[in-house]
Amino acid sequence: MEHASQQLWLIPLLPLLGFLINGLFGRRFPNLLVGLIAVGTVFGSFLWVVKSLQALGALEHAHVEHYYTWLESGNLNIGVDLMIDRLTAVMLLVVTGIGTLIHIYATGYMSHEGGFYRFFAYLNLFMFFMLTLVLGANYLMVFVGWEGVGLCSYLLIGFYTLKKSAGDAAKKAFIVNRIGDFGFTLAMFLMFVHFGSFDFKTVFDKVAPMAVEQTAGPLTWIALLLFVGAAGKSAQIPLYVWLPDAMEGPTPVSALIHAATMVTAGVYMVARSSVIFLRAPEAMDVVAVVGLATAVMAATIGLAQNDIKKVFAYSTVSQLGYMFLACGVGAFSAGIYHVVTHAFFKALLFLGAGSVIHALEGEQDMRHMGGLMSKIPITFAVLACAWVAIAGVPPFAGFYSKDEILLAAHHHHPWMYWVGVATAAMTAFYVSRAMFMTFFGKYRGHHHPHESPFVMWGPLAVLAVLSLAGGWYFKIPHFLEPLFPLAEGAHDETLVYISVAAGAAGIGLAWLFYVASPALPDSIANSLGGLYKLVYNKYFVDEAYNAAIVNPLVNGSRSLLWRVMDAGVIDGAVNGVGSLSRSIGGFVRLFQSGNIRSYAAWVTLGCVAVLVALGMAGGR
Amino acid sequence: MPSAVPVSWYLILSAILFGLGVAGFLFRRNIITVFMSIELMLNAVNLSLVAFSYQHNQTDGHIFSFFVMVVAAAEAAVGLAIILTVFKNRSTLAIDDVSSLKN
Repeated sequence: MEHASQQLWLIPLLPLLGFLINGLFGRRFPNLLVGLIAVGTVFGSFLWVVKSLQALGALEHAHVEHYYTWLESGNLNIGVDLMIDRLTAVMLLVVTGIGTLIHIYATGYMSHEGGFYRFFAYLNLFMFFMLTLVLGANYLMVFVGWEGVGLCSYLLIGFYTLKKSAGDAAKKAFIVNRIGDFGFTLAMFLMFVHFGSFDFKTVFDKVAPMAVEQTAGPLTWIALLLFVGAAGKSAQIPLYVWLPDAMEGPTPVSALIHAATMVTAGVYMVARSSVIFLRAPEAMDVVAVVGLATAVMAATIGLAQNDIKKVFAYSTVSQLGYMFLACGVGAFSAGIYHVVTHAFFKALLFLGAGSVIHALEGEQDMRHMGGLMSKIPITFAVLACAWVAIAGVPPFAGFYSKDEILLAAHHHHPWMYWVGVATAAMTAFYVSRAMFMTFFGKYRGHHHPHESPFVMWGPLAVLAVLSLAGGWYFKIPHFLEPLFPLAEGAHDETLVYISVAAGAAGIGLAWLFYVASPALPDSIANSLGGLYKLVYNKYFVDEAYNAAIVNPLVNGSRSLLWRVMDAGVIDGAVNGVGSLSRSIGGFVRLFQSGNIRSYAAWVTLGCVAVLVALGMAGGR
Repeated sequence: MPSAVPVSWYLILSAILFGLGVAGFLFRRNIITVFMSIELMLNAVNLSLVAFSYQHNQTDGHIFSFFVMVVAAAEAAVGLAIILTVFKNRSTLAIDDVSSLKN
């Protein structure tokens, strides 16, 4: 059934309007007005999403709106097309809904910071690009949004322009993302070669009748290259290194971009391309294994971090690994389910952490926290909701989605299930550790904690409710069934009990270590020695990358490109031309003595020479 | 009138006169001598023009040499005026000393 145009363009354009107003005139506006414009435009998008979805009804088929032909060349025709289907609907609601909450929170969190208008201009621009990414009806539109959110991520990580570490982290995020984008671009080229189009519908219609590839063919390559792009954006091995550093940005940015929305763009893109991935089983295996490896690795690193935001950053990497595991084993709806629940509880964890940091005037090291439960009770209460949600305690949000993923993994390969369960136990452990170190025991810092204002804990309360009830209330896999058929296989109760028990064990162990006998972790760390050091230093991955890639590149650029190529060849050629003409001029200058008689002598000599030459040539 | 003197003799005389003029121009330092050398070169050319004109029975060379004389007269008027002024201002006629435009 065809629906009338819903003016979908309004959804991304409202935040763009906010960006333009705040970016151009925000400097002169009072903070209150800047905040109102930023929050208002994003909330307007949310309302328009809700209104469009109501008008579109059940969304049995994708609703596409064509506005403008962007590129037309030969048989290539790319339009500015926006599309809503059930997958887009889920993502739209998450992006605009959580985006609105985080914007509201940020008006409180950023109230004491300089560059208030700049922050909200960037944040609104991010919303514009993210909504373009989600709404785009062809790969090129998605790519526009994809690059745009990368740019905004860069701008916001480096928001504290005076901090060198923030600038370095921003550059790192941007450069690592470019590697992924390169894969995405190559995937699009291949797609154009094989299908002659970037349009979702056209490409998927051409792919659908194709057979499942038994050996690596074009679909496998396209899928793998798309996954390279997704691995860059969604921080998977080996491109995950930028996300922990991205925590240099303000905390609302960490919550919105680096936990809830942008980093899930890779999962969205893989799920969107499920038609391609399902016909490339080898690529699917790569996705699953990389996802699982990332989940385990990041979780182990998270065990030993002391910076509260770093813990949650590695947790994000780990949970993204879970999402890719789900996609890799064919349970795309479970992956998107986890995107949604993760957006709830991870945004809450970050915003709660931001509230703690705000209360302690910038302190991020958990060793200087502790005993905050009585001092900032509301923050503790909302963070506790996120805690039970991510730890997989039934019946809260994380339990449902993680359960779906683990069951699908078990159905695919039982060993993936067991590794996933071990990761779930570690997840429960490190989040509990963070909670115990922050809120239990005795206060170890020297600031005077104060509770955050209502604009900050109000959104937290909403997210807390979503974290508690979101998994049970939103039946995402069921809603997505027309797009991703539910995996067959019996719902094995035992497996559920095992994963819940693993989560409980993680929480219990953390309680034992950090509340019951606080001396225990140190002695264990000492007895493990090298292993602890390895994990504490994040497996030395950054150092290895620096030694293997960054330093050779820098040194090579310095010695070959700079000293030899630039200074030697290019500068040498330019300077050589200059000094050559100088020396020729210096010689020729001698003839121009200013003495008329010497000129006359030269003329005479010249005449004589001509005459002699004529005579030699026979007088002609 | 069959000439007893062949044209080549006129041309040789003309070349000798021209060479003297060039040598005077190049090697003498007095401005008036240099000026006279220029006149000598002009008249050497006039001589060869007239000689060729006579050989070919054409008047072009005669007319041309009149033009040269007119120009030479005008040149003499202007040139001598300049030389007089230079002498008045600098009390010298050495050509190498009149070089204030150089540098």
